[in-house]
Amino acid sequence: MRVELDEPKCVASGQCVMASPEVFDQREDDGVAILLEERPGEELLDGVREAVAICPAAAIRLVEE
Amino acid sequence: MADTLAGATPDAAPEVPEYPMPRDLRCPLAPPPALEPLRDEQPIAKVRIWNGSTPWLITRHADQRALLTDPRVSNDDHEPDFPHVNAHRAAIAPHTPKLITNTDAPEHTRLRRSVNAPFLVKRIEAMRPAIQKTVDDLIDTMLAGPNPADLLTALALPLPSLVIADLLGVPYKDHGFFQENSNRALDSSLTAEEASAASRALGQYMDTLFREKLDNPGDDVLSEMAGRVKAGEMAHQEAVNMGVAMLIAGHETTATMISLGTLALLQHPDQLALLRESDDPKFIAGAVEELLRYLSIVHSGLRRVAKEDIEIGGQVIREGDGILFDLHAANWDPQAFPESERLDLSRPARQHNAFGYGPHQCLGQNLARLELQVVYGTLYKRVPTLSLAAPIEQLPFNHTGTTYGVKCLPVRW
Ligand code: HEM
Ligand code: SF4
Repeated sequence: MRVELDEPKCVASGQCVMASPEVFDQREDDGVAILLEERPGEELLDGVREAVAICPAAAIRLVEE
Repeated sequence: MADTLAGATPDAAPEVPEYPMPRDLRCPLAPPPALEPLRDEQPIAKVRIWNGSTPWLITRHADQRALLTDPRVSNDDHEPDFPHVNAHRAAIAPHTPKLITNTDAPEHTRLRRSVNAPFLVKRIEAMRPAIQKTVDDLIDTMLAGPNPADLLTALALPLPSLVIADLLGVPYKDHGFFQENSNRALDSSLTAEEASAASRALGQYMDTLFREKLDNPGDDVLSEMAGRVKAGEMAHQEAVNMGVAMLIAGHETTATMISLGTLALLQHPDQLALLRESDDPKFIAGAVEELLRYLSIVHSGLRRVAKEDIEIGGQVIREGDGILFDLHAANWDPQAFPESERLDLSRPARQHNAFGYGPHQCLGQNLARLELQVVYGTLYKRVPTLSLAAPIEQLPFNHTGTTYGVKCLPVRW
């Protein structure tokens, strides 16, 4: 599974960081999301799924490879 | 024209309900009862607002999420048919500069990113010890004072006011002034004149303060914005308006969640006991989400306008039509939250719409969450005998503000 972040849509809410701090971080100057792990391990996927569900900008996708 | 002639008598038109809708005073924490049949049978329905216009009302959780992230749905309140909350907002809209609250992407994205840094998850989390200390001190002071006391003035209001004043760099000694004028700027029972005077007073206050920060920057958000203004990344007026918006938005909402949340818990002693006995930060964080969902205090409906025709749920929302989103209706949608009328601190509630959804979702949500986690995780442990000092029927509920709450909450211990 691969995580896709549509950066131009991101409104820097930080919800992904709350749901899955292992996979997401925020840029310090404007809070825009940073992807730390493009292919997170199985154990991190629940957190990523939550991030996908709560991201207010619908900017995160989890795609099957 | 032919349509009008063929359309029979005008009074054959279906009844269009008024919005906002009245609550059932016997269930003061539940959403207005008329929302339920609308959500079940007409989830995308026309309603009538204060100026006689008839925007669409969206009541289902899934429909709200689809539309609030739809780029054809706009927050541009300069549009002629934008469904304003009240006459005051309609009157000032044409003169209001571009703000994060009334712009769409890409302008909104630029403005919002320019004020986001202080609300980074890590920066907010770093405030936890200071907020814990403030909460402990306020509770100490309350317990040392007369019993019963008003929880609103003892804790619910001072905490968010102290926190937002500190974050922004606004002197807390002016809290009487900014609390009073923020409430007046949002109170739909006042005349447009009175509300405008309150917003003007806040604007002037912020402008003076901001000029001081330009000369003598400190370690606070206004000074950070002053830096951006000097660097040419932000206009002076934009920064002043942002400062006012954060000051207004930052305390009444959180104060309401503290007082109304406590009231809801006192009405549900089994749930209160779970919270009192839990030391699990995850449980406490979940309890905050559930109380946000259950109470959905922003009750005047989010306001938008369609920029193009939009088909949804068998209806066509036409370009230029106003759209309202009732957050309480969506947060009590049984399709999203089974047995939604039950306060259940153990349920997964994180997908509520209490902070809105889409690009305008609350800027201060991480800060509000932190304050609520600390209060809910501390107050009931420190004061296990906390109880209401007046019957719930006698509490003065505020039906006319942007948020629904109580004007005071007498408690004893
Ligand atoms: C429990 C407390 C709070 C609740 C329930 C709440 C609720 C909301 C809601 C529903 C919106 C969306 C409005 C819309 O989409 O039209 C919003 C936006 C906003 N909130 Fe909050 N809020 C809270 C606390 C705060 C705090 C502490 C701040 C302070 C810094 C704040 C600042 C803002 C701002 C600036 C916006 C506009 C964001 C934008 O349009 O991009 N709020 N809030
Ligand atoms: S949750 Fe979405 S909008 Fe918020 S920071 Fe993450 S990617 Fe950006």
